[in-house]
Amino acid sequence: MSLSRLSHLYVLLLGILLSLAGAGILVAQENPYIVAYDHNLEEPGNLEVEYYSTLGTQRGGPTFHGFWSEFEYGATAWWTTELYLSGQTTFGDSTVFTGYRWENRVRPLKNEHWINPVLYVEFEDINGADKILKEVVGHDVESDFLTPNGEARRETKREAELKLILSSNYKGWNFTENTIAEKNLTNSPWEFGYALGASRPLALKAAAQKCNFCPQHFIAGVEMYGGLGDRYSFGLHETSHYLAPGLVWNLPSGWTFKIEPAFGLNDNSHQFLLRWGVSYEIAGFGQKVSQLFKGNSK
Amino acid sequence: MKISTLPGFSAFLLTGMCFLCAAQGKPEKTEPASVYSELEKAPAKYQAKANPLAKDKDAVAAGKVLFEEHCAECHGENALGTKKAPSLRAPEVQSAPPGTLFWILTNGIVRKGMPVWSKLPEPQRWQLVTYVQSLGPVEAMENSPPAKP
Repeated sequence: MSLSRLSHLYVLLLGILLSLAGAGILVAQENPYIVAYDHNLEEPGNLEVEYYSTLGTQRGGPTFHGFWSEFEYGATAWWTTELYLSGQTTFGDSTVFTGYRWENRVRPLKNEHWINPVLYVEFEDINGADKILKEVVGHDVESDFLTPNGEARRETKREAELKLILSSNYKGWNFTENTIAEKNLTNSPWEFGYALGASRPLALKAAAQKCNFCPQHFIAGVEMYGGLGDRYSFGLHETSHYLAPGLVWNLPSGWTFKIEPAFGLNDNSHQFLLRWGVSYEIAGFGQKVSQLFKGNSK
Repeated sequence: MKISTLPGFSAFLLTGMCFLCAAQGKPEKTEPASVYSELEKAPAKYQAKANPLAKDKDAVAAGKVLFEEHCAECHGENALGTKKAPSLRAPEVQSAPPGTLFWILTNGIVRKGMPVWSKLPEPQRWQLVTYVQSLGPVEAMENSPPAKP
């Protein structure tokens, strides 16, 4: 299948999803993180369609634009499943599809606690040209991104990724800590990484009328993420680390916009990344699709 | 991934999504009494919590906005319940201590499909409780008049 036919299929899929968007509106309450996860899962039956971009500068190489779509579905109140499709453009080189990821997040405890664990399991089938920087693990460094696309895409990466997400809400603040363990399913060592985040809405009380620009719809935060080496060489050295302040705008219409500049903290990191995203939450998506197959049961 | 493997993967994915959606469409077989029995599980310290926004003049209006944004999809525009979630106008809910409703909002009832709403800051959860309890009780859904918040 050619890349252009694939993009037509992709547009068709998005069209079908957006036509189902009439199912209902539910205002998302997204945190501003792009790499870190908190313990809040998708509401059951809702589908969130998301698009994200990462524009990255490179010393010694061309600027790149990594992009990905996420289809995040609340299977139950304690289980969220998500599919990613990713690609990238390296300026002066080419645009390539880089693969897919399938992740699952499960909340093992029934009630809210001081610290709330969420278990994360992901399978990735991507190639070496992937540049979305959805996480940093092992000894990921800026120079990994200098390989031309034609050569990099020949490398296949089938990886399993596990995360332990520990997240707390306290007086309007969210604090989260993610520990990442990733293994290439070929004979490669386990690689580790981390992501930390803190965020807070600009207002804790909701306004008494509907409004797009009320401060409770804006959540500001900061995240820090980086690698922790591998099982043979564990630690903060010879890997990259980023600090990224971010802002999210959760509109009452169901749309969400995020923006996050990220700054490299050492010489192994990209000096600057600009990340942004847009998403739309389709409430009652599961029921709507179910009715399509069963007929209207009302 | 080779491009040629995509159709197979897409078919697998669509089958999985249909299975998930079909599971989602199944109404929960729960008696109203068992739904409301969750209210009794609130710890005593929550039951004793007073609503800090009970006298806030904007709490009902703000709670209505929040309800429409986050709750109406499942509980219905007038909080009279839908196939997905029970009525919040039932006497069990309307007469429950505010702290109990706050506890339910904070913790959800995740095994029965009610999401956790701790992502809303505490004041917004209290605004929701204030609004819901301002609606007043309605015994039976069939004969219930439209809510006038």
